[in-house]
Amino acid sequence: MITLNVNGQPASIDAAPDTPLLWVLRDYLNLTGTKFGCGVALCGACTVHLDGQPTRSCVTPVSRASGKRVVTIEGLSTSEADRVSKAVLNAWNKLDVVQCGYCQSGQIMAAAALLRVKKKPTDADIDAAMTGNVCRCATYVRIRAAIKDAATALA
Amino acid sequence: MTAIFNLRFTRRRRDFLKAGAGLTLGVVLAPKLFAQGAGPGRAGGEVVQKAALEPNEMGQGTYTGLPTLVAEELDADWSQIRVEGAPADAERYNNLFWGPAQGTGGSTAVANSYEQLRKAGAAARAMLVAAAAQRWNVLADSVTVSKGVVSHKASGRKATFGELAESASKLPVPNDVKLKDAKDFVYIGKRVPRTDSRAKTNGTAQYTQDVKLPGMLTAVVLHAPRFGAKVKSFDAAKAKAIPRVADVVQIPSGVAVLAQDFWSAKQGRDALTVEWDETDAFRLSSAQIMADYRKLAEEPGLSARKDGDVEKALAAAAKTIQAEFDFPYLAHATMEPMNCVMRLDGGGCEVWNGEQFQTVDQMKVASVLGLKPEQVRLNMLFAGGSFGRRANPQSDYLVETATIVKAINGRAPVKLVWTREDDMRAGFYRPLYYHALKAGLDAQGNIVAWHHRIVGQSILTGTAFESMMVKDGVDGTSVEGASTLPYAIANLAVDLHSPKLPVPVQWWRSVGSTHNAYSTEVFVDELAAEAGKDPYSLRRALLDKHPRHKRALELAAEEAGWSRPLAKGRDGDRRGRGIAVHESFNTFVAQVAEVTVKRDGSFSVDRVVCAVDCGVAVNPDVIRAQMEGGIGYGLSAALHGAITLKDGAVEQSNFHNYAPLRINEMPVIEVHIVPSTEKPSGVGEPATPVVAPAVANALFAATGKRLRKLPFDAAELAQA
Repeated sequence: MITLNVNGQPASIDAAPDTPLLWVLRDYLNLTGTKFGCGVALCGACTVHLDGQPTRSCVTPVSRASGKRVVTIEGLSTSEADRVSKAVLNAWNKLDVVQCGYCQSGQIMAAAALLRVKKKPTDADIDAAMTGNVCRCATYVRIRAAIKDAATALA
Repeated sequence: MTAIFNLRFTRRRRDFLKAGAGLTLGVVLAPKLFAQGAGPGRAGGEVVQKAALEPNEMGQGTYTGLPTLVAEELDADWSQIRVEGAPADAERYNNLFWGPAQGTGGSTAVANSYEQLRKAGAAARAMLVAAAAQRWNVLADSVTVSKGVVSHKASGRKATFGELAESASKLPVPNDVKLKDAKDFVYIGKRVPRTDSRAKTNGTAQYTQDVKLPGMLTAVVLHAPRFGAKVKSFDAAKAKAIPRVADVVQIPSGVAVLAQDFWSAKQGRDALTVEWDETDAFRLSSAQIMADYRKLAEEPGLSARKDGDVEKALAAAAKTIQAEFDFPYLAHATMEPMNCVMRLDGGGCEVWNGEQFQTVDQMKVASVLGLKPEQVRLNMLFAGGSFGRRANPQSDYLVETATIVKAINGRAPVKLVWTREDDMRAGFYRPLYYHALKAGLDAQGNIVAWHHRIVGQSILTGTAFESMMVKDGVDGTSVEGASTLPYAIANLAVDLHSPKLPVPVQWWRSVGSTHNAYSTEVFVDELAAEAGKDPYSLRRALLDKHPRHKRALELAAEEAGWSRPLAKGRDGDRRGRGIAVHESFNTFVAQVAEVTVKRDGSFSVDRVVCAVDCGVAVNPDVIRAQMEGGIGYGLSAALHGAITLKDGAVEQSNFHNYAPLRINEMPVIEVHIVPSTEKPSGVGEPATPVVAPAVANALFAATGKRLRKLPFDAAELAQA
């Protein structure tokens, strides 16, 4: 049994300790907002926060998440108290960033983590933080604009 | 309290009167254009217009563009629009461009629906007005509709659509309705927010990957290492020893491991030992295929266009110029790898999929399971990208799921999940092509002859579309964009070789234009340079008979500041600007690209100015989004995209060796829409093929080097 704290809720999971956190979230906890894209940390679709740090859940053994605060898109998007995530989601909706939408949970998790450490990210900051998150619809123009919009709203 | 407005395409009048909790509106496709139906609305309730849409939402904004058309004529309230995908029923949900088949493709969604949906909206509005007039005992002329509320000004009476739906449903369908004048549009041509943004930003949007049914098993398949190889024998003992693995079964395409969750199934697959029978396996390499194509191009192919006498004109030309181009196989590489959920039940089979090709999929799945097509019920979910991949003429991954369901006798619902590696190696690529072009210039630098030979596999041969779209042996999708070259050149010939290879091929965002726009627009640029003419002016002078190409070209050049010099690079960086114009799916796109090239040949695409003429701009923001995304998708292929075969095996496996465009490589993009009153045409594909030639022409302007092989090799641009 592995115990986790996911989106503020305790959970006990009967999975092998080397099972990737992604599949525990999706297949055991039914938190399907976190997506499977590549399985080897090349695309960022599976990004979650571990103690606030953006983390690729597809290569993170569930055992490593034990004792840490795991936040997924479901937690981030319902966290009323969190100004940063609210600003990010508002910007994403205001600018209609999404197309197919499959990568966007990961994009939003990465963007929120960036804005927590950089209040006014430059283009270079955005490149550095977001280059690991692939969007095949290439919504990058709007991702960049939405991050800046959120930063302005938070200023 | 909500009532539901259901919008349906249908051929059957009896369907119109079916409704759950709201107003159902049907559109008769033939013989008369429309009729309606309505069910009870809940008195006093809000009206939520819920459109059951035929085409799929795979990111291109269909679920926003189509309801816009209905809402406009209905005078509905946009904030109450909700959309869901329609189930499979070709008789009801028909793609007008495809005959009796349901599907999404060829950028047809909006073009297919522009009049149908507006007339449906107008008819429903007329009936709601008539119902209100009857109820209030006033003249219909004095009843107005605004933002989903029906009112009578003089008496101050008001009603929602929901309150009127039931009585409206009992009224006759108007035989003719007047559509709004464009100047009165409230939604069409304005920015209307996407209907799917919220669900796609809070983790609630449902993709096939997210479906979970009671007792469902997840299947992961070990595929053959080469196309045409088969399972000889396999040992499942170790796989079956893994906890939560439920079964291991042989299927025609390999060996499937079924487990209670994905990770266990994948571990089971990793533990499999399979011996393959490679007697019939395909063993060629990409380099050999290209060499064979080059040899084939020495002989004439089947004619796709012949104007004047090219041979004679070439012989008489003052100067002849030749060029050849190599294009690799390309994978679609959607963010959501292919997957499918399927369950057998008493009535047949139920499927959950990011559906794009309903009619074909029903037939293929039915044939595996021994069912009738109508016994295959499709649930359409959001597709995590498609770019053409999910409209597979062989229904490959659905058929694979059906074979697994069959192998376990339907005892559990099955979710097939392909890993990224499975998805990349499964085939159904944009074909590899070789192009050879030859042109003649007269003494004044006018283009007097143009010969274009194309070699590559046919996408349509052997599919259900062959009889419709392959004429005299020429697959229209192999030559589109080349055989339709718009430039005024008196002697012009295009011919085609379609060699048969067992590598599975398929359309890829913009289909034939993916390669034909590149070779034609780079070659015409080359001819301009040879003739000492400005590449924009030369194109423009040859487009008098194609005003929509010309206008898009002019707008892109104006907005990009073509007549002004480009700002110089720093520290010896070379800069260049290039232009290209191309029509696909009756949408006209011109782009100007600006690049900066470093000494070692590495370069950045700094800015792309895009002009688009897609007829009436139904939703300008969705058009802009599709131009941005289409440019990014095309640029990704130009910079990085290649699937290569070595001894028949696909060399790429994941995003490290099939690199996608990333945010740091995305140019600044400016989109300008040509004002137009023409019928709307599609925007999902037409931006994609234009960017690679625009960038290649910019790189030529910066470096003097022509890139004839895709993807681009920056080393070719290094300074000596």
